[in-house]
Amino acid sequence: MIAELGHFLLILAFCVALLQAVLTLVGLNTRDAAVFAFARAGAIAQFVLVGSAFACLVWLFARSDFSTLVVAENSHSDKPFIYKLTGVWGNHEGSMMLWVLILTAYTGVLAWAAKGIAPRLITLTFAIQSAITAAFTAFLLFTSNPFARLWPAPENGNDLNPLLQDPGLASHPPMLYAGYVGFSITFAFAVAALIEGRADARWARIVRPWALAAWTFLTIGIALGASWAYYELGWGGWWAWDPVENASLMPWLAGTAFIHSLRVMEKRDTLKAWTILLALLAFSLSLIGTFLVRSGVITSVHAFAVDPARGVFILGILVVLIGGALTLFGLRANCLKPTGVFAGVSRESSLLINNVVLAVACALVFFGTFYPLFITTVSDETLTIGAPFYNSTFNPLVGVLLILVPVSGMLAWKRGKLKPVLAKLLPALLAMVAAGVIALLLADHNRVTGALGAALAVWIGVGVLVDLKSRIKLFELDLSASLARARNLPLGIWGMIVSHLGLAVLVFAITGVSAWKTETRAFLQPGQEISIAGYDLALAGVSRVDRDNFVAEEGVFVVSRGQDDRGEIRAERRYYPVRSMSTTESGIQTTAWRDLYVTIGEPVATRGWPVHVYIYPLAVWLWIGSAIVALGGMLSIADRGRRSLVTRKPVEQGAPAE
Amino acid sequence: MTRLFAFIPLAFFAAMAVYFAMGLQEDPGEIPSQLIDQPLPDFELAPIQGTEFGFTDDDLQGEVILLNYFGSWCPPCLQEHPMLMQIARSGVVPIYGVDWKDEPGAGAAWLQRYGNPYVRVGDDASGRLAIDFGLTGAPETFLIDREGRVRYRHVGIITEDVWNETLRPMVEALQRS
Repeated sequence: MIAELGHFLLILAFCVALLQAVLTLVGLNTRDAAVFAFARAGAIAQFVLVGSAFACLVWLFARSDFSTLVVAENSHSDKPFIYKLTGVWGNHEGSMMLWVLILTAYTGVLAWAAKGIAPRLITLTFAIQSAITAAFTAFLLFTSNPFARLWPAPENGNDLNPLLQDPGLASHPPMLYAGYVGFSITFAFAVAALIEGRADARWARIVRPWALAAWTFLTIGIALGASWAYYELGWGGWWAWDPVENASLMPWLAGTAFIHSLRVMEKRDTLKAWTILLALLAFSLSLIGTFLVRSGVITSVHAFAVDPARGVFILGILVVLIGGALTLFGLRANCLKPTGVFAGVSRESSLLINNVVLAVACALVFFGTFYPLFITTVSDETLTIGAPFYNSTFNPLVGVLLILVPVSGMLAWKRGKLKPVLAKLLPALLAMVAAGVIALLLADHNRVTGALGAALAVWIGVGVLVDLKSRIKLFELDLSASLARARNLPLGIWGMIVSHLGLAVLVFAITGVSAWKTETRAFLQPGQEISIAGYDLALAGVSRVDRDNFVAEEGVFVVSRGQDDRGEIRAERRYYPVRSMSTTESGIQTTAWRDLYVTIGEPVATRGWPVHVYIYPLAVWLWIGSAIVALGGMLSIADRGRRSLVTRKPVEQGAPAE
Repeated sequence: MTRLFAFIPLAFFAAMAVYFAMGLQEDPGEIPSQLIDQPLPDFELAPIQGTEFGFTDDDLQGEVILLNYFGSWCPPCLQEHPMLMQIARSGVVPIYGVDWKDEPGAGAAWLQRYGNPYVRVGDDASGRLAIDFGLTGAPETFLIDREGRVRYRHVGIITEDVWNETLRPMVEALQRS
């Protein structure tokens, strides 16, 4: 019954979305008030319908209704309840359902939050958004129906892949999707602006919080994915440049460029066509990422043929949405005349450099992801593009961009002067050199890379603090006056400062984890020891642990450093009977300075347990740094500039801002 | 002139879309192998780092076996893996593994982590042998008879259906003959 109800609700949602898209586009020029009134109501209706359908699916999983195909294939009555729920999106149909839910949720929030936006612009935006919803609900209904029944119903389900029974992985797709799908709103606004043939500073101001929200979610999603890989894959890899990761990085890079160019558009009424193009690209790359890469096309040509109907449908959607938007861009880009001018040295020109570099970086990742596939299909050769390619192209490029971070933030709009900025940044320069030298002296391997990374991190960090200090005139005025200035700084500026500080932390952590990591391995019998970087790990014993849906072998290691006792680490090897699959659970001891990371393998009769120990310096700062970057995004979303939309008069066309 | 520039993104996307559309037309499952009913090429595969034995074409003579191409970097291989474990446990047919284009040590770590369904694993880090086999990707599995001839090739994941309906009957027929 519930499955049929869900199915019915989904069909209704499809009808509403389709009607709204078609009626708006047809009726827009009739100036019929009903067209505008329908926009908001329709958006909310879509959200309510899809939300209820999703609730039905959750209900089916919670009740372990194995007469529903997806539940039978992806759940099991022995599974912990929470993972029954997260299992909703642990499969193709359910994850598509989640995708559409988030899409309509964004539309719903837009309907609720958008005020003071020109009626034609907002109505068109709702229409584009509805077209996207219609396309993907159709995809669900025609090729991936989550409510399909299975008869006769099996007695029990097929379990969820034990690898997916992990809190990190359960929260990762919703965050990532919230990021990907968030760019649909900015995409819809961009297409609406192209249809109108007009985009100005006011448009940028309306779009900014949405771009920031999508970008923040995507940042969190990528960080969660990286931390899942780090904790679960058993060797501490957090980023491997694999196509699935690249798929999330590309929209992030385009989105990062987008939020910076939006700022230029808002302040200087220029870079319009470019900003619109970035809005289109961010969502296009999200779509390509979700549907071409996650579906497995890229890693292996085979997965495409698993279900050609789905592939054709998705490709059709992509062609209509992306192709349509880019055609419109080709026709209308010239209508977007900038009014601001560019001076050689200014905030906007430094942001333009930022945009160019990010776009090139994004193109590099795109090339690295798709070129191997291309080569494999046009010739007999196969090749893989991995870390070495990115280390020698992407890393230096982004490194150079990061050097600009503190400088850019301190340059004035319109006409900036480089000399006084560099003079102010002298402390950052000194700190950078000091950090580089210290790192060079302390490290025992990868010294140059490590020193460069540490120097870069300190340059950004101290540079951004110098920027903050000069903004609030710390040490120039009384402390109370400085604090008052700090309070009055717009939240957008705070967001920038916090995000850039997070970036500094992140660069430092990446340097630590990749340049300064050490590892060792050995076969151990209980009582034997393994040593790494001054730590001794003694295998105290291995015992069998029985849990609900797996049995585990748990190795207990006693850690010491010289005479100091440094606690215990427990590493497991789990066996899941339902899927006859075994996994390792690494034992990790985290401190601010390093992670001690231990895995234990399948025992060999004569030699004992294979034990692998890694030290990842600064690993915890990867997550803290990402969180700080995301926090900056949130602060910027809350900027007053947005609230003033309602009260303030429309921004004067092309007026020099600030 | 600037008008035309504005169409560059579209042109780029169009090229991509055509390429993917072509990819959709092909059903990789149907690519014939030039090796079908041919003797195996001569080869000698080194062991992967972390294991002791590799294997050569001579090791595959005298018994019906499956030769499975995999890689630790390949998610579909992980998806296929439980099925291979099940086949290995059933003892119906031995599976030889070829670790394709993997980092040193990565293949062994992968097998240690998820279990090893293979009798022996050979290292094809450069992908040289894969070219002789006409491999289109991983996972891919070759059924080899007692005389060391390739009798069937399965492209993609061996699912429960593929095993029960295609591979297993062929394996058993070859074993009886």
